[in-house]
Amino acid sequence: MSESDSKLNTDFSGRRRFILCLFTIAACGLVFRVVQLQLVDKDFLQAKGNARYLRTVAIPAHRGVIQDRNGEPLAISTPISAIACNPKKLILEKSRWAELAKMLDISEAKLAEEIKKRASREFMYLKRQVTPMLAEEIRALNISGVFTKKEYRRFYPAADVAAHVVGFTNIDDKGQEGMELAFNQMLKGESGAKKVIRDLAGHTIENVESVKTAVPGNNLTLSIDKRIQYLAYRELTAAVLGHKAKSGSIVVMDANSGEILAMVNQPSYNPNNRYELKGEHYRNRAVTDVFEPGSTMKPFTVATGLENGTYKPSTQIDTRPGHYKVGPDTVRDIHNYGLIDVSTVIKKSSNVGVSKIALSMEPEVLWGTFNKIGLGTTSGIGFPGEVSGRLRDYSNWRSIEQATMSFGYGMSVTTLQLAQAYTVLANEGVMATPSLLKVEEPEETVRVMSKKTAEQVLLMMEGVVQDGTGKQAQILGYRVAGKTGTAHKSSVGGYAEDRYQSVFAGVVPVSNPRLVAVVMINEPSQGEYYGGQVAAPAFARLMGETLRLMNISPDDISSLKEKRLVAGKDL
Amino acid sequence: MRLSIVLFLAVMIVWSALSVVKTRHESRKLFIALQEMENQRDAMNENWGRLQLEQATWGTHSRIEEFARDKLEMELPITEDINLVNF
Repeated sequence: MSESDSKLNTDFSGRRRFILCLFTIAACGLVFRVVQLQLVDKDFLQAKGNARYLRTVAIPAHRGVIQDRNGEPLAISTPISAIACNPKKLILEKSRWAELAKMLDISEAKLAEEIKKRASREFMYLKRQVTPMLAEEIRALNISGVFTKKEYRRFYPAADVAAHVVGFTNIDDKGQEGMELAFNQMLKGESGAKKVIRDLAGHTIENVESVKTAVPGNNLTLSIDKRIQYLAYRELTAAVLGHKAKSGSIVVMDANSGEILAMVNQPSYNPNNRYELKGEHYRNRAVTDVFEPGSTMKPFTVATGLENGTYKPSTQIDTRPGHYKVGPDTVRDIHNYGLIDVSTVIKKSSNVGVSKIALSMEPEVLWGTFNKIGLGTTSGIGFPGEVSGRLRDYSNWRSIEQATMSFGYGMSVTTLQLAQAYTVLANEGVMATPSLLKVEEPEETVRVMSKKTAEQVLLMMEGVVQDGTGKQAQILGYRVAGKTGTAHKSSVGGYAEDRYQSVFAGVVPVSNPRLVAVVMINEPSQGEYYGGQVAAPAFARLMGETLRLMNISPDDISSLKEKRLVAGKDL
Repeated sequence: MRLSIVLFLAVMIVWSALSVVKTRHESRKLFIALQEMENQRDAMNENWGRLQLEQATWGTHSRIEEFARDKLEMELPITEDINLVNF
C-alpha cells in the first residue's frame, strides 16, 4: 500500500505538463496581445494618446499688403488676438465668470448663457479682434479653459478715399468686395500648422514640431496713385455736395498704358468701420452703374464719318431750323445753329448735325465703331460686379434709334468704359486696355481708327473747351480737349424732364496726350445740370493739380506769355 | 566572420538609434528657436504695421492739406504770381 502510495506521490508529470500547458497558453496570449497592441492597433492607440496632450494648431498666414503704384499702403494686416475658450472647462470655473465678463465688456448673464449653450463643445470664441494689450491682461487672469489665438485684422489707411477699389475682408480675413475679393487667392497665402503640447487648461506648454510652414500672401500693387485718388475724391465730393447730386464717379486713366490712376465714387464709406454699411455705399459705381453717355458719344459718330471719307472737318452741315424729322420723330437742338461745319457740330454739340452724319451711313458701320471702343463688353479689369453696359445689335435699329444713338441715347456705359473709349482719341486711334494693376509692359492694344481721324477729332474737342460747351474745363497753361454730356435720365415710360446726368470726358495735354478723365455726376439738383457747368469745373481742378503732380510740362505756354519772364530766352 | 558582421550591424543599429534620438532633440531645439524668432518677427511686423498705419494716419492727404491751408496759411500761387523760367 505504502509502496503504491509512494509511487503515486512521485509521478507528477501529468500535472507538470498541465501547468506547462497553462503557462504556454498564457504566454501565447500575452505575446498575442503585445503584437496586437504594438503592431496592429499601434497607430490608433498612439493617436489617442497624443490627442490627450498633443494638438495640431493652425498658424495663420499673413495676408499680403495692397499698395498703390508708389508703394503706399492701402490695406495692411496687423496681428491681433482673439479670445477663445473651451466651454467644457470654463463651465467649471463659475466663480471667475464675473471678472472675465468685465474684461470682455459684456454682462455676466450673457457670458453664462453663451457658455451653457455650448457646454458640450470644446471651442468657442469669446471675443475677436481685440488689442494685444487686452489679450495680455486676459491671459494674466489665468482662467482655466480661456486662451488667446493669433489672428489678423485688416486696416485701410486710405479709408473712404480708396474704399471702393480696394474693397474689404470679413472677420475671417477673406476678401468680400473689390480687389480684396478679386485677388483673394493671391493675397491670402496659406496657413501652416504646428504641433504643440497643451496642458489641461489649454495653455501651450511646448512647441513640438512644424507640420507645415505658413506661406505669407503676395503683395498686390495697384495702378492707383493715392495722391491722384485723393485729389479726385476731393473734387468729386465737392461737386456732389455742391450740386446736391445723388451720386457721382470719376475715373482717371493713363492714356498710353491704360492704367487706372484714380477711380472714386460718391457716396463712399469707411472700410475700417462698417457697422452702418448699406449696399448703396459699397458699390463701385464707376464699374457697376451704367448711364446713357449722351453727347460724349458724338466724337465717335463724327470719327466714323471722317473715317469713311464722307466727311472732312470742314464739311458743311445744314442744321437749320434746329430740328430734324426722322420718320415720325424729331431730333432737336437747343438753338438753331444754322449752316455749320463738322468741327462746329462737336463744339456746339448739335444733335441735328450728328444725326445727319449718322444717318448717312449704314447702321453696321456706326455699330462697328461703338463695338470697337468697348461698348457693350466688360473692360476686362476683372473687378467683381463689373457690368458691360448695353449696345443693341444693329440688325434691328430703326432710323430714329440710329440717330439718337449717334448722340448717346439708347445705349448705356459705365464711367470706366467711357474713359476707356476716350483713350482711342488720346492715343492716336489705338485703344488702351484698362488695368487696375500696375502695368510693366503695356498689353496688346487695338486700333480702332486711323491716326489722322483721331487727331482731327481731338482738335475738334479742343474747340469744345476753347469756345464751346466745355469752357469751364480750361486749365491754364495746358491744352485741353474734351466733350460735355448732359443726358436726361430714363425712367418708367420715357425720359424724366428734370433729372439729369452730367458728364465731362476729357484728354490732356492735347499736344502729347497723357491722361484721360471722366467725371460723372448723377442727378445734380441745384439748378445747374449741364455737363459743362457741373462736371467740367471738377475736371479742370482735378486735372490741373494732377498734371502738376505728374510733372507734365505745360504745352500752352502762349497763354502764360503775358506773365512776366524772369530768366531764360524769350518765349 | 559571421559574428563580426552581426556585431558590426548591432553597433550600427545602436548608433543609428542614438542618432535618431539626437536628431529629434536637435530638431526640436531648432524648432523652438525658430518659434522664438518667428514670435520676434511677428512682434516686429506688428510694430511695423502699426507704424505704417500711424504714418498713414498722420499723413492723410486731407489732414496735410488742412494744415497747409489753415495753420501754415499756404496757398497755390495765382497766375499773376507765377514767373516763367525758360531755358
